Amino acid sequence: MQELVNIFVKSIFIDNMVFAYFLGMCSYLAVSKTVKTSVGLGIAVIFVLGITVPVDFLINKYLLSEGALTWLGPDFASVDLSFLSFIMFIAVIASMVQLVEMIIEKFSPALYTSLGIFLPLIAVNCAILGGSLFMQEREYASIAEATSFGLGSGVGWFLAIVGIAAIREKIRYSNVPAPLRGLGITFIITGLMGIAFMSFMGIKL
Amino acid sequence: MAEEVKTKEPLFSPKNKKLIFNPLSKDNPITVQVLGICSALAVTAKLEPAVVMSISVLAVLALANVVISLLRNTIPSRIRIIVQLVVIASLVILVDQVLKAFAYEVSKQLSVFVGLIITNCIIMGRLEAFAMGNKPWPSFLDGLGNAFGYAWILIVVAFFRELFGSGSVYGYPVMEWIGVYNIGYKNNGMMILPPMALITVGIIIWVQRSRNKELIEEN
Repeated sequence: MQELVNIFVKSIFIDNMVFAYFLGMCSYLAVSKTVKTSVGLGIAVIFVLGITVPVDFLINKYLLSEGALTWLGPDFASVDLSFLSFIMFIAVIASMVQLVEMIIEKFSPALYTSLGIFLPLIAVNCAILGGSLFMQEREYASIAEATSFGLGSGVGWFLAIVGIAAIREKIRYSNVPAPLRGLGITFIITGLMGIAFMSFMGIKL
Repeated sequence: MAEEVKTKEPLFSPKNKKLIFNPLSKDNPITVQVLGICSALAVTAKLEPAVVMSISVLAVLALANVVISLLRNTIPSRIRIIVQLVVIASLVILVDQVLKAFAYEVSKQLSVFVGLIITNCIIMGRLEAFAMGNKPWPSFLDGLGNAFGYAWILIVVAFFRELFGSGSVYGYPVMEWIGVYNIGYKNNGMMILPPMALITVGIIIWVQRSRNKELIEEN
């Protein structure tokens, strides 16, 4: 249990998707103009990461990695399909996003109207594929660890985008040098936020 | 026959040249179109991975543009995203396997970022915006142009980060050769850390926009 909490906290603050690995920067920069829309996108990312990382974990463990197919019979023990992981992961993500969109539309129209437009955007968000690839690279031991990593990364991304959106709303009232306006200053602020987040480095529960 | 030759464009007509040279400056994928930033920053702590990454993106982008452009009339528009993803993912798998075979050290350093070329927005963006509506040759040039635009930003950022962060250029200890350590110069370890990549790109954008006033944003 402690290990799970540790992974969760670590993936929020230390291995933050945006500040440590620059994942999902495209939508991070494009959608962070107001806090309201960025909260919507942030929640959608938590949601999708929390689903796709465990699903990809199962696929990786029982289909792709070396010796994963032993449950089919001893002949398959030496089969290594890990070169297929990119295409499998992206297919899982694209179809899970579609599925999640349909389920939300059916059961919670209110949530759908607030998240709806963001879900298709997410299929090509690098943070989602990055989550699955990091999960594969770091070799988490169980599905619980993978889920906690997925949710933690989502929460970290949420914090980052809501933070930058709040700052960008305020910065409209300041006198930024003309060539830096918009994109330039957003980059520099993100860099400064990254430095702030680096002070969490070394935290261990 | 003569007429057909006349109407045919030369391979490097002014329009085609524009496709290559515009993305280098005023239509740059990173600093102006804001595409493909995810992977651009993470690989720039050293020059070598940045160069390898640029070459990989160049290969994937140019080939994906050509393939999609050849298929553009047969892809049903409802499922085009999936088709594009499949084409990109197969090319990226090829690049990944080649890197693992011939440049294993660098491919370890790039870790997940080779895979993340799949979701690199430059590639999807160019496929959507250009290759779906143009012939293979212009699409190829557009792919090359955008990849070069991406590459030079990567290489400039990596050059400065490696020079000031580790005191070397492409692994060669340049600062040591100049002998600045003797007069009290120290490497700035900050440049190696992720946040400085963002600030370096911010400064590049600043310089570019103060030279080219058209690009300045309203707010």
